[in-house]
Amino acid sequence: MEKRVVFQNRYLPYLLIAPQIAITIVFFFWPASQAVVQSVLREDAFGTRSYFVGMENFLALFEDEYYLNSFKITALFSTLVTTIGLSLSLLLAVTADRLVRGTTAYKTLLIWPYAVAPAVAGALWGFVFLPGPGIFAWLLLQAGVDWNFHLNGNQAMFVVVVAATWKQISYNFLFFLAGLQSIPKSLIEAAAIDGAGPIRRFWSVVFPLLSPTLFFLVVVNVVYAFFETFGVIHSLTRGGPAKSTEILVYKVWYDGFEAQDLGGSAAQSVILMAIVIGLTVIQFRYIERKVHY
Amino acid sequence: MKSTGKLARAAFALLAGTAIAFSAGGALAQAKDNRIELQWWHAMTGALNERVNEIAEGFNKGQDKYKIVAVNKGSYPETLTAAMAAFRAGKGPHIVQVFEVGTGTMMASRAAIKPVYELMAQNGYKFDPGSYISAVTGYYSTSDGKMLSYPFNSSTPVMYYNKDAFQKAGLDPNQPPKTWQEFEPMLRKLKASGSTCPFQTNWQTWVQLENFSALHNVPFATKSNGFDGFDTELKFNSPLHVRHITTLAGWMKEGLMVYGGRKNEANAKFVSGECAIHMESSAGYATFARGAKFKWGIAMLPYYSDVQGAPQNSIIGGASLWVLGKHKAEEYKGVAQFFDYLTSTENQVWWHKNTGYLPITPMSYEATKQQGFYAANPGTDTSVQQMMLKPPTNNSKGLRLGNFVQIRDVMDEELEAVWSGKKSPKEALDTAVERGNRLLRQFERDAKRS
Repeated sequence: MEKRVVFQNRYLPYLLIAPQIAITIVFFFWPASQAVVQSVLREDAFGTRSYFVGMENFLALFEDEYYLNSFKITALFSTLVTTIGLSLSLLLAVTADRLVRGTTAYKTLLIWPYAVAPAVAGALWGFVFLPGPGIFAWLLLQAGVDWNFHLNGNQAMFVVVVAATWKQISYNFLFFLAGLQSIPKSLIEAAAIDGAGPIRRFWSVVFPLLSPTLFFLVVVNVVYAFFETFGVIHSLTRGGPAKSTEILVYKVWYDGFEAQDLGGSAAQSVILMAIVIGLTVIQFRYIERKVHY
Repeated sequence: MKSTGKLARAAFALLAGTAIAFSAGGALAQAKDNRIELQWWHAMTGALNERVNEIAEGFNKGQDKYKIVAVNKGSYPETLTAAMAAFRAGKGPHIVQVFEVGTGTMMASRAAIKPVYELMAQNGYKFDPGSYISAVTGYYSTSDGKMLSYPFNSSTPVMYYNKDAFQKAGLDPNQPPKTWQEFEPMLRKLKASGSTCPFQTNWQTWVQLENFSALHNVPFATKSNGFDGFDTELKFNSPLHVRHITTLAGWMKEGLMVYGGRKNEANAKFVSGECAIHMESSAGYATFARGAKFKWGIAMLPYYSDVQGAPQNSIIGGASLWVLGKHKAEEYKGVAQFFDYLTSTENQVWWHKNTGYLPITPMSYEATKQQGFYAANPGTDTSVQQMMLKPPTNNSKGLRLGNFVQIRDVMDEELEAVWSGKKSPKEALDTAVERGNRLLRQFERDAKRS
């Protein structure tokens, strides 16, 4: 059965999507094309002169071991944020779904962190982990850990991952809960009658039916970890110590705004753009095939 | 139907009335104030922001042709970025405050700036390089003494120490350590008396590497620290530098020194009395005078007594005022008049006394002395004396390096690798020099294209 809507007028569909296209052109295509142009230029900070240099900005990037290192850091960071964030929120959603009483209170409390701005989330966790007065820092010190995330790169990564994950859990939780509630009770009951225990029921019935939600959340979380964690990192570590939390987006900002190297910064944006396009293609081509709708 | 028409008419009348009132008000305001507005973008916050506003107010009251509008644009890098973006859009400020590490970048943008010596000459102000404290103005001047930007807030690092803590440790509170050799036994005594933080430093790159080089008269970089050309190379991995960083790393391991961050975060630990010896800019004076509830003193930075020529003189940090290009001649006239106003002895003395920043003319130093300010506030002249210990050499005029913002970050990163025990001092300084040289070469390539 065909469910396609057929328009009588040839131009009406184009007219209807025109506002969206206009927004995309102004806020995406135009700046993106500017970045591409800038990436093959070198110019002084005030933009009084610029020179075409071809691939020089890109070549310089790949000679910079800190740029290559930033790739590794970004991969590690986004994997951690996505897997930890998704597992924890799935666990929370499953438990909240089973609650009989007080569901609204739990849900409300779990949704709160989403309202917190990234920079504020960073500042909050920064205080909790601050060597000296911070409460977690104090507990860790009592436990004999030499805690100072301003000096220790692994500890800095830990703090940044905690803050970034915490902030995203609410969002994941909401979608998982909605997904769980849309699963027909009859399916689960049928499995129960067939003798499947709660764990078996979860993995064989609930989890496959959740896969569209999971797929959607993986895409959203990877994008979040790549681009929206800037505020958290800026307020917590500023990419340090010794660049151990400098993800790609942070480096783009640092090179462009702090170091005034616009060509190098634009070249990184172009590479980042290519990565995102590639990731999206992979996600929709290969992973989506394994998703049951 | 009729009633809506009436409503519409009433609304229209109201609107028209407001419009007339507004335009009348506008005309009135214009008639009252047809001064030429001069935008001054700066990065001073807190008490210093208030001082800046007082300066602008003072200038605006003293004449009726120009009006300086002082606007805070956030941190130093934010202010610089804002000015650059505005200049690209054709709306650059007349005056922008740029931190000392941005000097190389500003100089390389010749088409975007108006050198101060040119500005003053074109507007009929006599400009005599000899009437300034050269250790201060030299940082912002060409090799032949032409001032490119106006040295607004210059400071130099000094040593603050807690006299009560010295007393408790059985040390003479009026005999702070003069040399690095005297440091160690004193730190041991401080620690033995129960101090958890005998020594800390702010701005580790500026104090322990840049000023360290100047004070010992050794090059920080070749070509007179970059004054003589863009083809300069970093030199702060000499045996003397390695020796110093090794000493500090040893102290940290032993708990004689504590790392408190890259900037001035550690001020809090001196004010609270936790740290006994603290190195910080002379402009930190106001903070300690207000906050510290114990007796404290100011002394010059220590040196290694076995190095010939030490102590030489220290170099400045802080920021200067750059004049941007593409403004009207009439407006430049106002800017020149404003700089002339700033340079007056009266204003220099006021600024020096209220902020701890250095005066830029010898006359204002003398005037401050005659007013008895140094006698009433012992130690406040330490910074000026340290700057003028000896006439500056090629190693102690200042630093003129491109991409210096990043080079400072590189030095901070490598020093932190030493403090956390990841790298040996030699290894870290060698890496910092190599990474810094790469940034210098990139800057040189860009500069040569012009």
